[in-house]
Amino acid sequence: MRHHFLATVLALLPAFPVMADKAFVSNERGNTISVVDTATWEVIHEFFAGNRPRGITASPDGTKIYVCASDDSLVRVFDAKTYEELPSLPSGPDPELFVLEQSGKRLYIANEDDNLVTVTDTDTRTVIAEVPVGVEPEGMGLSPDGKFVVNTSETTNMAHFISTDDYKIKHNVLVDQRPRYAQYSGDGKLLFVTSEIGGTVTVMDIAEDGTPTVKGKITFEVAGVQAEWLQPVGARVTSDGTRLFVALGPANRVAVVDAKTLEVLDYILVGQRVWQLGFTPDEKYLLTTNGNSNDITVIDVAKEKAIKSVQVGQQPWGVVVVK
Amino acid sequence: MKLHTLFAAAVALFLSTEAAIAVEVKAAVLRIDYPSLLPISRYDLRPSDIGLAGAVLADEDNGTTGSFLGHTYKTTTRAVPPAEADSALEDMLTDGIRLIVIAARKEDLLRLTDRAAQNGALVFNATTPDNDLRSEGCRANLLHVAPSHGMMADTVAQFAVWKKWRNWFLISGSNPQDIALADAYRKAARKFGAKITEERSFEDTGGSRRTDSGHVLVQRQLPAFTQGAAEHDVVIAADETDYFARYLSYHLWTPRPVLGSGGLVPVTFHGAHEAWGATQFHTRFEGLTGRYIKAEDYNVWLALRIIGEAVTRTSSADPKTVRDYAISDEFELAAFKGQKVTFRDWNGQLRQPVLLYDGSITVSVSPQEGFLHQTSPLDTLGLDRPESGCTAFN
Repeated sequence: MRHHFLATVLALLPAFPVMADKAFVSNERGNTISVVDTATWEVIHEFFAGNRPRGITASPDGTKIYVCASDDSLVRVFDAKTYEELPSLPSGPDPELFVLEQSGKRLYIANEDDNLVTVTDTDTRTVIAEVPVGVEPEGMGLSPDGKFVVNTSETTNMAHFISTDDYKIKHNVLVDQRPRYAQYSGDGKLLFVTSEIGGTVTVMDIAEDGTPTVKGKITFEVAGVQAEWLQPVGARVTSDGTRLFVALGPANRVAVVDAKTLEVLDYILVGQRVWQLGFTPDEKYLLTTNGNSNDITVIDVAKEKAIKSVQVGQQPWGVVVVK
Repeated sequence: MKLHTLFAAAVALFLSTEAAIAVEVKAAVLRIDYPSLLPISRYDLRPSDIGLAGAVLADEDNGTTGSFLGHTYKTTTRAVPPAEADSALEDMLTDGIRLIVIAARKEDLLRLTDRAAQNGALVFNATTPDNDLRSEGCRANLLHVAPSHGMMADTVAQFAVWKKWRNWFLISGSNPQDIALADAYRKAARKFGAKITEERSFEDTGGSRRTDSGHVLVQRQLPAFTQGAAEHDVVIAADETDYFARYLSYHLWTPRPVLGSGGLVPVTFHGAHEAWGATQFHTRFEGLTGRYIKAEDYNVWLALRIIGEAVTRTSSADPKTVRDYAISDEFELAAFKGQKVTFRDWNGQLRQPVLLYDGSITVSVSPQEGFLHQTSPLDTLGLDRPESGCTAFN
């Protein structure tokens, strides 16, 4: 009887196809990308992504996946449906993280070994500009109006504001030790810069013309966890500007911050050495890459709770979700 | 002068949120080369630019950061025999240099530091581990980037205790530096609850270290030397002069892990250390020098990065400003060790994790999990505030 019932349910399933998104996770040590179905939270595919894949993003239409193949010194490109490799993009040496402008045309790449930000045209697959920045460039954030790209340099400890018109640095702001990531709020009025070793997030007010002013710093505290291990790395702001999520590295937690009052509301326990974050397109879920436990954690954004973890490849680094 | 003004103007164009104040940072590295025997392993041969190479990289790193702030860095490096050290320092002081990194033994370091103090210069100790320099022998104008004997011994002790290897067979060398290091291991054993069940001194008879048949003798000598020791979990070797500890691992009477100067060795840095972004640091260093980094290179780089960080945050290269900022609560620096490094304001010692290295990989890093401290877990390594007899920082 039960069998029969199940068979009926199964027979009905194709009639209601679930519109699943796909999460692409770069595995830094495994040299692969794991593909996770966000309806079933199962790994549906894993493919070679180049050597030391780290930063990962998608074209605006979700058809192409871009990944920084750091040890190959290029950006590899894959078809999001067939996983076929498409022609690579020049990136400059040791690309670590990048950001794609809204139109999908220009890719801004941090070259960790060379103190450069490389600007690559994704259509012509040529380098348009190289911008000298501080030592060990890493974090890349793009203002919502597309006028500024912010690069953080880990040893220089600055956020460099590069104009996307002339590729010149217009502002430099000193932040705390080892800035890892830069993230604008959806309205472009705030910028968050995480400092891994400093243990802080520097918050800047962004004026109409893009000029930054440091507004304050977010600090973290978790009972039973040594302050030294609260190391902010990846960050994401909800598009309504209410919540900031900050990955805290070896503290194995994601901080939930009220993005308006800058008050830390909660800490969500995730996998080990949580590194980067990525929303599903509907912002229902936030995925975290956990480098030391080789998994991703799924956070229910509305409930602010971790609901699942999914084993992926070796040392997951970055994640992007496409429809 | 003209060039300088021009440069400052160019920088001012780029800079809107930080006031650009042109600062010219002149520093120096003084290395004394003592007559020495060949190391036991060829891998430990000293490159001719050891230590000094760290300054080249530091000038590049600091210079890149400085280019956004109008700060320029120029570090002079000198490697001299002991007899020329004093005149080399005089040259530096005459050139107006007041920030000096020194790689020298204790007596020379102290004499040079005191001479530098007369001109208001700040000195960074890049190599000398003597505990006394962090205690009664400390100097107000001397900051220690190199970890002390105490920090190294505590690093080993914490790891051994974490492993529950509490019974130690301590084998020490007979030279004064070996004896000082052995003393640090005795203190570490007391501090962390380990027990030295047997202690022996391996006499330095000045024998040949590297002959074709060296291993033949070692293979006969060491088992006999270590025979009949009281029950022990590990052998702890105190051999600062590097003449026997490297041989211990496979030549003991009772097979036991060796830690300390042989086997698993505490080091401040090594060329295979990958964690915490160190890979990109190695890439830069190897690109400049064509060789792997040594601890001395790292220490010199770190000393100059401390200066760079102080200049970046204070816009001043005045030695007193640099010193006061470095030992203040505001100072913090990322140094590829997973957490910020800071200074102990009671003796000028840099707080930092210490790596445990087996010759090819980082096996562990101290402080170990569970060793707690009211200020910083890093203060479980080396002389804590109440333990230090230093008064120059009061």
